[in-house]
Amino acid sequence: MFTSIQTAAQRSTSRKWLSAAAGVALVAGAVQSASAQETIKVGVLHSLSGTMAISETTLKDTVLFMIDEQNKKGGVNGKKLEAVVVDPASNWPLFAEKARELISKDKVAVVFGCWTSVSRKSVLPVFKELNSILFYPVQYEGEESERNVFYTGAAPNQQAIPAVDYLMSKEGGAVKRWVLAGTDYVYPRTTNKILEAYLKSKGVKQEDIMINYTPFGHSDWQTIVSDIKKFGSAGKKTGVVSTINGDANVPFYKELGNQGIKATDIPVVAFSVGEEELAGLDTKPLLGHLAAWNYFQSVKSAGNSEFIKKWQEFTKNPKRVTNDPMEATVIGFNMWVKAVEKVKSTDADKVIDALPGIEAANLTGGTSKMLPNHHITKPVFVGEIKADGQFDVVWKTKGLVPGDAWTDFLPGSKDLDSDWVKLKCGNYNTVTKKCGGQAS
Amino acid sequence: MVKFHDRIVALVFAIGLLVVAAGLAHAGPYEDALEKFTTDEFADTAEAVTEVATSGSPLAAPLIAALQDGRLQFSAKDKKVFIKTADDKLIDAETGKPFDGTPPDDLDTVRVNNRLRGVIEAANGALTLMAPDAGKRYESAQSVFKSRDAAVLPAVEKALEAEKVARVKKILNEARAAILLAADDTSAPDRIAAIEVIRARGDQDSLALLQSLPADLPADVRATANGAIKTVERNLALWNTVQNLWYGLSLGSVLLLAAIGLAITFGVMGVINMAHGEMVMLGAYTTYVVQDVIRTSYPGLFDYSLAFALPLAFLVAAIVGIIIERTVIRFLYGRPLETLLATWGISLVLMQAVRAVFGPTNKEVGNPSWMSGAFDLGGILITYNRMWIIVFTGIVFVALLAMLRFTRLGLEMRAVTQNRQMAAAVGIRTARIDALTFGLGSGIAGIAGVALSQIDNVSPNLGQGYIIDSFMVVVFGGVGNLWGTLVGALTLGIANKFLEPFAGAVLAKIAILVFIILFIQKRPRGMFALKGRAIEA
Repeated sequence: MFTSIQTAAQRSTSRKWLSAAAGVALVAGAVQSASAQETIKVGVLHSLSGTMAISETTLKDTVLFMIDEQNKKGGVNGKKLEAVVVDPASNWPLFAEKARELISKDKVAVVFGCWTSVSRKSVLPVFKELNSILFYPVQYEGEESERNVFYTGAAPNQQAIPAVDYLMSKEGGAVKRWVLAGTDYVYPRTTNKILEAYLKSKGVKQEDIMINYTPFGHSDWQTIVSDIKKFGSAGKKTGVVSTINGDANVPFYKELGNQGIKATDIPVVAFSVGEEELAGLDTKPLLGHLAAWNYFQSVKSAGNSEFIKKWQEFTKNPKRVTNDPMEATVIGFNMWVKAVEKVKSTDADKVIDALPGIEAANLTGGTSKMLPNHHITKPVFVGEIKADGQFDVVWKTKGLVPGDAWTDFLPGSKDLDSDWVKLKCGNYNTVTKKCGGQAS
Repeated sequence: MVKFHDRIVALVFAIGLLVVAAGLAHAGPYEDALEKFTTDEFADTAEAVTEVATSGSPLAAPLIAALQDGRLQFSAKDKKVFIKTADDKLIDAETGKPFDGTPPDDLDTVRVNNRLRGVIEAANGALTLMAPDAGKRYESAQSVFKSRDAAVLPAVEKALEAEKVARVKKILNEARAAILLAADDTSAPDRIAAIEVIRARGDQDSLALLQSLPADLPADVRATANGAIKTVERNLALWNTVQNLWYGLSLGSVLLLAAIGLAITFGVMGVINMAHGEMVMLGAYTTYVVQDVIRTSYPGLFDYSLAFALPLAFLVAAIVGIIIERTVIRFLYGRPLETLLATWGISLVLMQAVRAVFGPTNKEVGNPSWMSGAFDLGGILITYNRMWIIVFTGIVFVALLAMLRFTRLGLEMRAVTQNRQMAAAVGIRTARIDALTFGLGSGIAGIAGVALSQIDNVSPNLGQGYIIDSFMVVVFGGVGNLWGTLVGALTLGIANKFLEPFAGAVLAKIAILVFIILFIQKRPRGMFALKGRAIEA
């Protein structure tokens, strides 16, 4: 008796739960199907944990911000955009897994993501196999051009070579002796190889070039900084080209400051140090050291000040800084929107064919254009570090520099050309007239 | 006639007016140069600086100082230049008097780049050679030594006569010698005398100066120069060794500081604590929070921020350590693999928690003034932050040793590690001691974080960079022995720094790792293994 009552009560409650659950499921299903009809999904593949979170989290926020702005304007082709954010956790194989998940499970139309070259290389096969689109927003070593990837960051000729040109000029201090210091991985090694060949083509002798590599996260810079100082006191004006990556920069600059190396004695031009990295530093001892980028927060233009204002409102942080990879993300996003609107479809093949030739305003007052080699045109700026952690632009290129996928300064790659419009090839060898040449 | 006379008077008057007006507009080279500051072109500014510096105007020195500090402002519209004072008032650069009109609305700072900073320094060097402050005179003599500008020679010689302070006099003398050596028309005896002065200076700059002498010198000058080069080179090689030793000591002290907490938790208690690095990170973040509070509320106390941070960092890390011990580790004693996995998990949790609270970006932890900069000791440069860290490591090490040796807690800790059952049998509450020991080890890691925040960047990944090195030091030195940790850290530090100049940073690190692997094969218990029955597996 007692037991039967209990079971009845149980049954009734469980039935209630069941119906409630069914109701929720129905509603959820309805919402899902409605959103599936109306939205275009945009994948965000940036590390939100692990070592690269320091740099990549900002780019995730940037994509979310751009999607928010675009949706305020009514979305794309009458559909709202919807972000799908995944966290590859600074783990290179996980990048490939998460990319596959975004494309095949979430059916995203486009992915914005990756920072390190090794993460980009790890997702390449996935994007090729599943035929989707990746926008890569970070300056890199070049020597690559893929059909499914659009490179909105700088190629070496849009950052490293103009920076070296500046240091060689009278205004930059007429540097005659060069230290190429970098972290030991693919981007610094390739960039330094290109720079070494370039410097030699400009008549710099071997003994006036010092190349130095350090492990990731190197924190004891005493020996290297004093070596640089020694190298720099040989009577010729010396400059340091730094491809030191990430966290290792802070102790490096601290040691420079403490050992009293001033920018007037030995200027350091960095390719991986921007506003975001300087946020963790007391910049007073670094006054005058340089960075080369395609964008600085301090560049005065109407587009830039409006962007900074909206960005700081979006992040609810009036001190939030902007940086170069953010601008590259913004340009890439706007180019993708324009291409999708042009072909009225998010179909990967159509968008890929439409993208070359698309123009989008950059934040420094110019108009960048997507080139047939999937790189874009950008202005190059050299800025000096100011006491407030911002940069003062001391030099810029006259016009926009077109990105060159294959450098002209390495023997194996100078014969290669990339053109996805006419040649339909990312590594066309102009000597053998064949597609599929390899860089040595 | 009258009319004619009138006309002449008028003409003379007009000419006079013109002359006066011209005189007003072109009162001197200083006033002429000012306009060039208003074009916003680096080349013009550079010209203006040189002209102002050589104008002889008393207003030149303050103007150049203002330019150097970014306090020189210009209005392109009005072609006027102003000096902004510390309390945000404007001084008219042309007259040197306070400006009391409404400032022009296009007021902007005169921009400076590296080349200009060089020009300014050289100009300043000549201008401040006679400054009342000895430190300023010393600096300006240094910058003359670097610039070797022949035009400054008369000024240097004048300053040399008037100089009373020996330190400044020496450097002035060296600056004079450098100028003489760099000039083409110096006589042979003068050159030889100058070479002697430079040889006595004996640093890297001297060597560079001597090596850059032209090849076609008279034989006796050449011989003196070659002799001097040899002396300086020998001198430098000697100092180079001292410098490597010092760098090694410094790296060793950082390793020791990071490892010493682990020497307690791993070495003494036998817990493989993968979250040790995160205790260091918590200490560094405590420093950041303390500095942040001080910066916003009591900026005057900034130089003492580390004194506040030290006890707080110890407490924070120790409390977190005790919580970890009580909630996780105590259930896993004697199961090293599970402990390793659990503490590894805890380290990830702590890192992501810090990332969630403080954000993934680096946090700025400033050096107090007594920890910035460097001083010369003979031929090497010693940076204050490294020096204080060595001193601090020494203090922590001695204090810890004393604590283990002379306090009741230390005695009980040693008793529990040596023989847990026996210690329990004589009435020591081993569980409590375990918690306290773990807390102590973690707290010391927290203190290490305060020190490391001064040389490394404060980010959630801070601890990861030190965990491997710390284990290396403890295992190499000998588990369970603080002295072993000390010797281990210093050996690894010094070996690394002597290898680095030959092998490069990457290879040096690999070489050290290979060495340790081989060493452990031979002596699995490290350099100073504890002997006797005391050690359980």
